[in-house]
Amino acid sequence: MQYWIIQTLNSLALGGLLFLLAAGFSLIFGLMRIANLTHGSMYMLGAYVGVSVLKVVPNLWLAALIGGLVIAVFGGLVERLILRALSGNALGQVLVTLGISFIIADLCLMVWGGDPIPIPTPPALQQPVLVGGVAFPTYRLVVVVIAVATALALHLLMDRTRIGAMIRAGVDDMQMARAVGIPVSWLFTAVFCLGAALAGAGGIIGGPIMSAYPGLDADMLPLALIVVMLGGVGSLLGAFVGSFLIGAIYTFGTALLPDLAYVILFLPMIVVIAFRPTGLFGRRSV
Amino acid sequence: MKNAGWVALAAALGGLPLVGGEYYINLTSQIFIAAIFAASLNLLVGYGGLPSLGHASWLGLAAYISAWMSLKLGLGHWATAPVALLGTTLVACAFGWISLRATGLGFLMLTLALSQVLWGTAYRWVSVTDGDNGLRGLTRPAPFGIGLDDAASFYYFALAITAVAIWLMAVFVASPFGAALRGARDQSRRMSALGHDVWLIRWITFVYSGFWGAVSGLLFVYYNKYIHPASLSITASAEGLLAVIAGGSATLAGPIVGAAIVMILKNYVSAYIERWNMLLGFVFVFIVIFMPEGVVPGVRRLAAQATKAWRSPR
Repeated sequence: MQYWIIQTLNSLALGGLLFLLAAGFSLIFGLMRIANLTHGSMYMLGAYVGVSVLKVVPNLWLAALIGGLVIAVFGGLVERLILRALSGNALGQVLVTLGISFIIADLCLMVWGGDPIPIPTPPALQQPVLVGGVAFPTYRLVVVVIAVATALALHLLMDRTRIGAMIRAGVDDMQMARAVGIPVSWLFTAVFCLGAALAGAGGIIGGPIMSAYPGLDADMLPLALIVVMLGGVGSLLGAFVGSFLIGAIYTFGTALLPDLAYVILFLPMIVVIAFRPTGLFGRRSV
Repeated sequence: MKNAGWVALAAALGGLPLVGGEYYINLTSQIFIAAIFAASLNLLVGYGGLPSLGHASWLGLAAYISAWMSLKLGLGHWATAPVALLGTTLVACAFGWISLRATGLGFLMLTLALSQVLWGTAYRWVSVTDGDNGLRGLTRPAPFGIGLDDAASFYYFALAITAVAIWLMAVFVASPFGAALRGARDQSRRMSALGHDVWLIRWITFVYSGFWGAVSGLLFVYYNKYIHPASLSITASAEGLLAVIAGGSATLAGPIVGAAIVMILKNYVSAYIERWNMLLGFVFVFIVIFMPEGVVPGVRRLAAQATKAWRSPR
């Protein structure tokens, strides 16, 4: 019983981390039609930056904030300096992000070495909470809470603010949005930075669970891709539902059928894409 | 004049093992394998306008099927080769059916995700694939009783297969079907209106491309006598895509030139520095930003300009 409760909580925590990653990917792809293949690298880079920040400031939340900002600046530079030069050339943009992801992966290997670096759980959250005789790992609960809070904040941003309305307009009809005077160019950079910040902070917040290791980017990027295609491009709700679905399938698949966990992981996406190419909550085909 | 070029090329390739050292013979054999791989990917990327980031699936899958059958079932090459080609092509039928639910970037992400299924399975299904150790202890076939274990014999074997493969892909592209494929790339709506089944054209191309990817996979596993999950990774797919783009997509010679460039870079540079992945990344960024048309069309354009300048009276 304890085992299954822990597994459920693990799946929720992984789902929460996936949401931090996939929400940005989905918004960027939905708004800018850029399949940002550096997104996994931003997650990994965030984790490694967190490792270095934690050496100076021993506070995980502050490290997540700083790491998120660093990755946001990095994302903004990539968008403004490189992707902007290739606007209109979708294939070129994907290939450039792919090339950058190789460079980042190798840079991380060079700077932080090949061994996994653990990120310690904040001391206040190391004790498990006891509810009805069952011990819950506190940190994982906190990760789920952070993810849900982020989802709510993003939902309010998208649904209740002027900026959110402009982003939604851009996702639905870019040309019309430009025509009515929405500063789409400025919006692009803002959304790219936001997505990068979420991914980078996610890498650090996920650190106590996953640690920082070479190959973290290649592990996370496909998961983000499946989440987005399953949930629907540009849909926040889709990213939310998809993340927790994939988190659960991954965790339980690995526990029950470790050999074929990867096949099981992709099955729901394949079924959904086969019958509903827009994904569960998407309005437009990928 | 045109035939003279072909004769010179045939003489150069045929005579290379007589003059070159073993290192160069093996390097050229590897270029042949990479050339089939890149040329088959080019059918999709260049002629079909369908950017695939999962082409390593076909190389890796064919290699794994062949290796698994010979190691775990003890079958000879006469049985493993056809089953590997058939099995891989059947999986390509299924993957193509799913991936072609989308076009453009959606297609790219679906092919990437699907190839990750195979990559992850190769890593994790240890009882079948031996996981991170890879499958080792394989042999090369001996067609018509001729052993391929020395560099020169394998070179001629690879050369023959490559010549046939490139020729059959050229026939495919030059056929009316190839014209329809290019039509579907440039004007898919008009092609539909003219009564062509655009989806079917693309799917057939996907499967055909997967088949030749499988052929390159068989050559790959014969050459290395070893297969590792890394051959199914995104990096492997990306190297193929880089060869296509660097050489010039939608040209016949482009992917071959591109494959040679990538292979030579990989072999020479990795002898001096460890950072192959970083170099690959920089080459990617450089090519996309500064040489988006690729080497072959670029050189052809420069040559055309030079001839024009030469002929026109000053």
